[in-house]
Amino acid sequence: MNGVPLTWYLILSAVLFSLGVAGFLFRKNIITVFMSIELMLNAVNLTFVAFSYQLKQVNGHLFAFFVMVVAAAEAAVGLAIILTVYKNRSTLNIDEVNSMKN
Amino acid sequence: MDVILFLIFAIIAVVCGINVVVQTHPISSALSLIGVMGSLAVLYLLLGAEFIAMAQVIVYAGAIMVLFIFVIMLLNAGAEAKRGRSLVAQLLGMPLLVAFLALVSYFIQRLYPATTLVQFGAFKGGTAQNVGRALFTQYLLPFEVTSVLILIAILGAIVLARKELE
Repeated sequence: MNGVPLTWYLILSAVLFSLGVAGFLFRKNIITVFMSIELMLNAVNLTFVAFSYQLKQVNGHLFAFFVMVVAAAEAAVGLAIILTVYKNRSTLNIDEVNSMKN
Repeated sequence: MDVILFLIFAIIAVVCGINVVVQTHPISSALSLIGVMGSLAVLYLLLGAEFIAMAQVIVYAGAIMVLFIFVIMLLNAGAEAKRGRSLVAQLLGMPLLVAFLALVSYFIQRLYPATTLVQFGAFKGGTAQNVGRALFTQYLLPFEVTSVLILIAILGAIVLARKELE
């Protein structure tokens, strides 16, 4: 067989996205939760690029580019929030950061 | 050749992705995430997305992950405490995950019949020239709005991370 079916890329993307969701739901460390979000964004980027290949258009690449830009901005603000949370509460466990819960 | 390269880097990506989720220490998770991003960059190259592959390495694996590791080092984040999971979760977690992924794979295979074969070099539209041309003509407004977004993000990060004034 000469070439990889496009569906393999989509399945790989789905697997990575599911792993990201699992990490987001099950981990308790706020930094690891944040890294799971990055994993999900990467999986979505792979889908964009794969469909861009199928349609022979460059638009998917631009969407992936904008996702990267938003991820960079999100990482900067999110890590600043993590620093502030740690400064105020001295913990990284998301179960202990619950002042909006009750 | 394409199939071998895809399989190698897909397996690296999935193993590193599992490692991100199961490692207890954040720094191990971060290094595994860099592995995922690097192998995804190779997959982008296979799909003909040269510019995105380079941006992936520079922006994601370079800048964003350095930021993550910097914060992990700064906060001296230790290993996460093990939590006891319920018996149902221990017994059913893995089989249900595998079943879910098999179901998703089945639906993707059915919805998109494997007519499109990805061959390296078949799509040459992802060069920096083509991406740049589309970015500065068709997508000029989103690009400019992005600069405002980044400015706001910089201001937000500074405001959040500065010392409180007396």
